[in-house]
Amino acid sequence: MLRLPVFGFYQPSTIEEATRLLAENPASTRLVAGGTDLWPNMKRRHQVAETVISLRGIAELTGIRETSDGGLAIGATTTLAAIASDLRVGESYRALATAVNSISSPLVRNSGTIGGNLCLDTRCTYYNQNEEWRRSIDYCMKEVGEICWVAPSSPRCWAVSSGDSVPILCAWGAEITLVSKDGARTLPLAELFRDDGIDYLSKRPDEILTEVRLPAPSGERAAFWKLRRRGSIDFGVLSVAAVGWCGGETTDRIEIWLGSVGSTPVRCDESIAALIGKPIDEDTIAEAAALARKGEGASPLGNTDFLPQWRGKMIEHYVAAVLREMAGLPRERLAPRHQR
Amino acid sequence: MKEQRHTCTLRVNGEDAAVVFAVHHTLLEVLREEVGLTGTKHGCELGECGTCTVLIDGKAVLSCLELAVECEGREIETVEGLMIGNELHPLQSAFADLGAAQCGYCTPGILMAAKGLLAENPSPSRDHVIEALGGNLCRCTGYHKILEAVEWGAAILRGDLASRPPPEVFHGDRIPGEEVVDA
Repeated sequence: MLRLPVFGFYQPSTIEEATRLLAENPASTRLVAGGTDLWPNMKRRHQVAETVISLRGIAELTGIRETSDGGLAIGATTTLAAIASDLRVGESYRALATAVNSISSPLVRNSGTIGGNLCLDTRCTYYNQNEEWRRSIDYCMKEVGEICWVAPSSPRCWAVSSGDSVPILCAWGAEITLVSKDGARTLPLAELFRDDGIDYLSKRPDEILTEVRLPAPSGERAAFWKLRRRGSIDFGVLSVAAVGWCGGETTDRIEIWLGSVGSTPVRCDESIAALIGKPIDEDTIAEAAALARKGEGASPLGNTDFLPQWRGKMIEHYVAAVLREMAGLPRERLAPRHQR
Repeated sequence: MKEQRHTCTLRVNGEDAAVVFAVHHTLLEVLREEVGLTGTKHGCELGECGTCTVLIDGKAVLSCLELAVECEGREIETVEGLMIGNELHPLQSAFADLGAAQCGYCTPGILMAAKGLLAENPSPSRDHVIEALGGNLCRCTGYHKILEAVEWGAAILRGDLASRPPPEVFHGDRIPGEEVVDA
């Protein structure tokens, strides 16, 4: 048996109680909801904690409700399965349901939560291994080691941000709420992430992510595509999300985001600039896709499945596919099928 | 650090089991080591293989990634609870009849994932079955017989014995799920 290390366990029933418990010793405390990321990490001793606080017993953190402005607010401990099967999500935010339904396997989605997917630990070939394997290379800088084995001359860690709900929620302009003992703050989801494999969240250790909010639908079209080796279980090695608002023939506003290409979700600034004010057709799609591959941050390294060069090439194909789906153009299947 | 121990009653397969365990123990460990139900298998224990699948409140989840302490007051179902009296559950008989197990290590998890699917969708299409079993690995069978057995088990459960699986799965002249009558 691969056992969890010993820790103290708390099951608070209100957010106040949880923030108070968390504030006692935030550095050595971890929060858990579904446990599908934390427990494997703790079993392999990647992540350690003296105290674990479960958020499952807090009723106000679960569920999906409509907000006063017509959008949706999703509680942080709402399971991925509940989001993927929610009728309001399916009707107005279908690409989010597609993205959420592509995460791991149905068994994991029955426990795993949206908050956990947003705060998912960054991943790397040299990190997500068992303890003996990691000890044999004297660990890496994400743990107690000295260097980054992916880029040995690099001063920083390049572990990959792999949350599949992240690009589509960023593209939709989602907001999150972080609550601590001292109060709550709201920020755009995109500002939760930092471009560093070790310190990858701007959330303070004493804060709890309580909610993610989607703006009211306003005639946008959206699409999500994901690349991985198998059609289930595997973490994605590339996810692409686009949300576009088109008044008439031309694009008023568009957001294209990449996931699993670096330590942070990447906004395709050049591709977006190239599409604004233009119709989405074969030519503009080809241009935007080529720009996405050359964009800053979109340079996969050799620290996940598949060759980095090939993954870089696939950025172009996947951005094109996402834009084609968004524009209602015919497209070919590039990857394992995910249920929609 | 000292172990924090927990005493509670877990509801497993419709029966109460009084257990004492350390709070950092998973449901898988408690089911196998405290309750004594070893039908639920341990594989990767990291959420990648699905052999430890059980139903909690009717939903198929991985018992290696659930703390037992969080399962208090919830309805847990393992492969030992599948049988209806002395009769095999239709999924079990379909798996046996169609030879959908080879080494059998993944079978308990697959049976529970399939039961979770059939509770939500009594007539799943092949795509639905593939999707629902997407978290369960089998290294022996190649999956075809497993998929056929789930469909056949679903047909027996619906009482729809006319919708047979494709003829290539029959070996000999016995129709799976039907009673064998000795001459």
